[in-house]
Amino acid sequence: MPRILRTELLAPRIRRYVVAAPKIARKRRAGQFVLVSPHPHGERIPLTISDADPDEGSITLIVQEAGKTTAEMALLEAGDELTDVVGPLGQPTHIVRLGHVVGVAGGIGIAPLYPILEAMQQAGNKVSVILGARSVEYLILEKEVRALGVDLTLCTDDGSRGRKGFVTEALGEMMASGQAIHQVVAIGPAIMMKFVCEVTRPQAIPTIVSLNPIMVDGTGMCGGCRVQVGNEAKFACVDGPEFDGHLVDFDLLMRRQAMYREQERQAMERFAAKDHTCQLEGV
Amino acid sequence: MTQPTPPPKRTAKEKIGTPRPPMREQPPLERARNFLEVPFGYGPEQAMVEAERCLACGKPHCMEGCPVGNDIPTFLRQIAEGNFAGAARTMKETNLLPAICGRVCPQETQCEALCVIGKRGEPIAIGRLERFIGDWERESGAVEVPECAAPTGRKVAIIGSGPAGLTCAADVARAGHRVVVYEALQKPGGVLRYGIPEFRLPKAIIDAELTLLERMGVEIRCNEVIGMTDTIDELLVEEGYDAVFVATGAGLPWFLGIPGENALGVYSANEFLTRTNLMGAWRFPEYDTPVQRLNVVATIGGGNVAMDAARTALRLGAERSLIVYRRGLDELPARAEEVHHAQEEGVEFHLLTNPVEILSDARTGWVQALRCQRMELGEPDASGRRRPSPVPDSEFDLALGTVIIAIGNAPNPLIPRTTPDLDVSRKGQIVVDQESMKSSKRGVFAGGDIVRGAATVILAMGDGRRAAASINEYLESGKW
Ligand SMILES: Cc1cc2nc3c(=O)[nH]c(=O)nc-3n(C[C@H](O)[C@H](O)[C@H](O)COP(=O)(O)OP(=O)(O)OC[C@H]3O[C@@H](n4cnc5c(N)ncnc54)[C@H](O)[C@@H]3O)c2cc1C
Ligand SMILES: Cc1cc2nc3c(=O)[nH]c(=O)nc-3n(C[C@H](O)[C@H](O)[C@H](O)COP(=O)(O)OP(=O)(O)OC[C@H]3O[C@@H](n4cnc5c(N)ncnc54)[C@H](O)[C@@H]3O)c2cc1C
Ligand code: SF4
Ligand code: SF4
Ligand code: FES
Repeated sequence: MPRILRTELLAPRIRRYVVAAPKIARKRRAGQFVLVSPHPHGERIPLTISDADPDEGSITLIVQEAGKTTAEMALLEAGDELTDVVGPLGQPTHIVRLGHVVGVAGGIGIAPLYPILEAMQQAGNKVSVILGARSVEYLILEKEVRALGVDLTLCTDDGSRGRKGFVTEALGEMMASGQAIHQVVAIGPAIMMKFVCEVTRPQAIPTIVSLNPIMVDGTGMCGGCRVQVGNEAKFACVDGPEFDGHLVDFDLLMRRQAMYREQERQAMERFAAKDHTCQLEGV
Repeated sequence: MTQPTPPPKRTAKEKIGTPRPPMREQPPLERARNFLEVPFGYGPEQAMVEAERCLACGKPHCMEGCPVGNDIPTFLRQIAEGNFAGAARTMKETNLLPAICGRVCPQETQCEALCVIGKRGEPIAIGRLERFIGDWERESGAVEVPECAAPTGRKVAIIGSGPAGLTCAADVARAGHRVVVYEALQKPGGVLRYGIPEFRLPKAIIDAELTLLERMGVEIRCNEVIGMTDTIDELLVEEGYDAVFVATGAGLPWFLGIPGENALGVYSANEFLTRTNLMGAWRFPEYDTPVQRLNVVATIGGGNVAMDAARTALRLGAERSLIVYRRGLDELPARAEEVHHAQEEGVEFHLLTNPVEILSDARTGWVQALRCQRMELGEPDASGRRRPSPVPDSEFDLALGTVIIAIGNAPNPLIPRTTPDLDVSRKGQIVVDQESMKSSKRGVFAGGDIVRGAATVILAMGDGRRAAASINEYLESGKW
């Protein structure tokens, strides 16, 4: 079973995991993800491959605690094993030289966006990044993004770092400044991607979003991950996860994401009420 | 183990006049709320009495009805004599997994349909006897690990661990080749594991078969999606496999294409059954994957998959479970036994009913009702089935909270999409030579649902067998 090589707390409730997965490390391309389950009774959850080191045979996952499975992962340390790590899954990002590409990330969204920025830059694009977070303590990967040498704008909701306000405002100003923008890649909470698309729609700037519906198998077998894109229902795990944001029905996505809220709450309460170490050993 | 004494011999007339012994079952209302297996199976005495009823026809028609040509008369004679080990050996010459086929084969349209006794009495219960032998062998610990030839140094990759893949794995391993089975999901078994529910096929049976394969040296690697983790070309070139058998099944669910299908509470049968069977949602919150539990559940479709979903919904606590099917009772494609069991358990059949729209609550997005129209059957079409057509102005709404769509599956496109030189039909099925199971690509064989579309377990196993013979031949001769 795949072993965790290192973990690191990047921000409150956001951790980096470096996991031994040599084959995936060699195969993965920007935009792809893995399905992970921390133990045999666990749920398989999708996580983007944020980085990979083929020489070490490892992949990097950046995970925000959202509920039971991610909370369980937070208890794992270097040396622990994950039960399932499956991938790489999903279509890789279509990387071509377009000119000026603007990456817009909200919160944890910078983790999946990072490999895309890297690949876009290597393909010869000028890359700008707008990175937003609630406040300074939640701003992650700033150092890594700076190291790419891209044009970086930071925004926080409370103004504790960078400009005060939402990423959409920064993007709107960038568009208004008259610079040519050939593509926007937006990754973050569905609501943020929805508003980014509204900003780019009037000027018809191609806008790619990475959708995160609830997934089960990740191979196109269940259809649980279906999203509405234009007139078509698409399976995000095999047809995506990236789609033309101007065609995506975000309201439907958000509803479907919340489909199991009651069970998620129940699972979390039960988990919080238990002595975690013994629960993990018991399975 | 003490062998029971063989039953007294009967005349042909007596045999034909005697019905098959009934199989004890869990009472319907009790079982509709648990996941335990429904029928208990024959005991040794019952099995011998029933097997003795066979007329040992010189020209056994029953065999023509079996897609893999099981030697049914010999197998029945051995059971009647109490030679269960012999019967198991006979069966396994053509059918590696009798405990499974005995439970899931559509016997009434295959072997049993052609049994001569069926013309005047009840046909021999071939399926039940097959199940008996498989269970007897497993439970008495008499399973013999097939002997494998000395290692040849050749390596074969099998993609997919459903009945086609597992059958092929056994036969290729027997020839001394090294076999690795790749499976995308976390547990092997294919539809036998994630689709067919525990109450119809206990997972312990699949586990026993897998243990046997492992004892034969077959390696099973779960969590590897071929086409993504490795492509077929990479298996052949980089990983050094001499041949590949593609048995990836028909795992792409069809939806109806009617308005409202993305509403909350609308599942494909694959998702509903996978969450329940494979991910353990029926034991939520002990297992982490949830499934929605609601009062009224409608399953659309009339095949085995639909019956499994409707009966699973009851067991998950649904107050009412409905089957909505656009043709009539006689046209239901499911096995007769499943329809019968579903009816006994209280599944409501809404026949000649065609869904046209799924209505949901505008505020929450949750399913509220299924808008349907009534159908009537017209003249038989080219396939001989009477074609349903809508009755004008007959729309009505069924109020409900969950909809499960079970109208069929298409082949999963992952492998064809990532293997450019593999010929695929318009429907997405891999094109093979029917005898040798060879595809258009050298070294690549395919069988089961990926070449047939959604078919049956026994056909998948038959394909696995034929492919194995052909693979063994290819590795021996090197000739394509
Ligand atoms: C393609 C893709 C890539 C992703 N990449 C990342 C990433 O790099 N880092 C990260 O922190 N998160 C990522 N996510 C989101 C992550 O999968 C969810 O946060 C996680 O599943 C939550 O599980 P939980 O049990 O901890 O929380 P729960 O309490 O079970 O759920 C919290 C919320 O997470 C979502 N969720 C729950 N189960 C699933 C599931 N099986 N599949 C998808 N979403 C689910 C639901 O919207 C739910 O409301 C990604 C999602 C997708 C689809
Ligand atoms: C709910 C249900 C009930 C059924 N009931 C009956 C019945 O009563 N009687 C009957 O005869 N038939 C029944 N069938 C049909 C029968 O199960 C199938 O015809 C049979 O399982 C096909 O076998 P297979 O080996 O071709 O594929 P499958 O059993 O579908 O197995 C294919 C396997 O390949 C794996 N796979 C797919 N793609 C990849 C990949 N890229 N890499 C690695 N692995 C991959 C899948 O995860 C799966 O495990 C039923 C089907 C369903 C869904
Ligand atoms: S395998 Fe199926 S068709 Fe063949 S004899 Fe057994 S039950 Fe009948
Ligand atoms: S057709 Fe019926 S009676 Fe004749 S051999 Fe087959 S099972 Fe026996
Ligand atoms: S997760 Fe099942 S089809 Fe995408």
